[in-house]
Amino acid sequence: MVDVISVDTARSAYAVEVRALAKSYGSVPAVVGVDLRIGHGAVVALLGPNGAGKTTTVEILEGYRRRDSGEVAVLGLDPGRQRAQLKPRIGIVLQSTGVDRYLTVAETISMYSGYYPHPRPVDDVIDLVGLTGKRNSRVVRLSGGQQRRLDVAIALAGDPELLFLDEPTTGFDPSARHEAWQVVRNLAELGKTVLLTTHYMDEAQHLADRVAIIAAGRIVAEGTPATLAGRDVARPHVRYRLPAATPPPTDLGGQPTPDGFVELAPRDLTQALHQLTGWAIEHGVTLDDLQIVRPSLEDVYLQLTGDPAAATVDATAPLTPGKPG
Amino acid sequence: MALTLTQMRYVNKAFWRNPASAFFTFALPLMFLVIFTALLGAGQVLVGGRVVHLSTYYVAAMASFGLITACYNNIAISLTFQRDTGVLKRTNGTPLPAAAYFGARVLHALLVSVVLVALTAAFGKAAYHAEVPSGATLARFAVMLVIGAATFCALGFAITAVIPNADAAAPIVYASILPLLFLSGIFIPIGDNAPAWIHWTARVFPVKHFVDGLRAGFLGTTFHWSDVLVVAAWGLAGLLLAIRYFSWQPRT
Repeated sequence: MVDVISVDTARSAYAVEVRALAKSYGSVPAVVGVDLRIGHGAVVALLGPNGAGKTTTVEILEGYRRRDSGEVAVLGLDPGRQRAQLKPRIGIVLQSTGVDRYLTVAETISMYSGYYPHPRPVDDVIDLVGLTGKRNSRVVRLSGGQQRRLDVAIALAGDPELLFLDEPTTGFDPSARHEAWQVVRNLAELGKTVLLTTHYMDEAQHLADRVAIIAAGRIVAEGTPATLAGRDVARPHVRYRLPAATPPPTDLGGQPTPDGFVELAPRDLTQALHQLTGWAIEHGVTLDDLQIVRPSLEDVYLQLTGDPAAATVDATAPLTPGKPG
Repeated sequence: MALTLTQMRYVNKAFWRNPASAFFTFALPLMFLVIFTALLGAGQVLVGGRVVHLSTYYVAAMASFGLITACYNNIAISLTFQRDTGVLKRTNGTPLPAAAYFGARVLHALLVSVVLVALTAAFGKAAYHAEVPSGATLARFAVMLVIGAATFCALGFAITAVIPNADAAAPIVYASILPLLFLSGIFIPIGDNAPAWIHWTARVFPVKHFVDGLRAGFLGTTFHWSDVLVVAAWGLAGLLLAIRYFSWQPRT
């Protein structure tokens, strides 16, 4: 592999910089050209369906797997060749977790702290993840949500600059998820750079400054949760329902939908609403369920990851919502 | 080194808080000693041209059995469990050097072994008037104990490479060690008059050499440095295999 652009590892402006990353398992490609940049202090969510290449990408960045080709700089270091130097500076929360079940919370965190040159005080870490009340409980007695918080605590023990959270809330009940989210927000407040993978939209939306959608081994869209794939500039749709046997206004256009609505995507929203409501008042028609909708993050996600062809969609082009696909 | 010692303290804490590991390691050899001696203790066996009381014979045998369990079985089974539950992968993601992690396990197993052998010897002396090594015999005995513990730890690390998952750990470990324990006279006394093929088969593997070495301390039979060498060679082979094939991640 020859790449003319070499990553300047010493003065990298990014906590993570990935170019043209590729990795196959045998003849099965897992990652086929991921490009990703994460600024210092950012919280970035890597969003994608199972098997999209999330974990492979993250584990290459963490140094667990070796890449086939591409350029990777994590905190200015190559995780493949400089793993020993990288380890003290990163924290890792793996998807499947394990800790010695017979140690207490405080003992476990102290043990891991001892591996690092500049650990964070143990009680500080325990407070940060909200396990103060469980400080002297054995790990075996913690609930699933508490064990996950302990995972984060262990990853924080060495006071890392960069944290990897691989599907931090998969399998959680809603209250445990909200607790975990609070912990991630605490990390962001500390100025840590966080790369989390998830397949939950709301998680990405709540936690991340930026979202990258990965499908079939490549990043298909990248941006803030609000503007991803042109969500913010996509034309809003107006939807309304008419009483039975009332024909819609002829001059507005619009298509009937399977759920009994009339839907239109007007060029001028204000004008269209004025026209519609004016018509309704004039004709004494009640407009049930009048809605103005933009594509949700989920719509964008489904469109981008739904079928293999979607992987080639120009991620910067505004999406046309409601289009079949 | 400090890191290894600190790590060992945590290994030790976890060991004693796990009732199953503490029970199997300590109670089983003593229980076996009581049972075997009650059943066969009055008999005698010819070892190295000397007539030995079976009660003394079993003290040496159960001390060896305890050490092998504490090192080989314990390490192989608990490491496979830790590998499958992701503890090893997590540890591998931290700056802790692999040598410190393994060193802590070996040191801990050695410590447990010393306590266990001492306990067995003390119990044997008190209950069965067994002979206990002293002086130069004790020094040679200690060398064999330390080399043996290190070897069985290394073999424990190595065997994890062929254990596919935690469920298979105990069966594979016992299937690999139990026949050797029998062939090496741990449970059923093998005297000079045992079939030749048993002697020859046992001679290939480290268990018999190790047991012979420990036995020399208890029974006053001749101590062969060649036994120490064979055991150490197996340990080295185990270490090399472990370095080459050991996996920090679940094998599935």
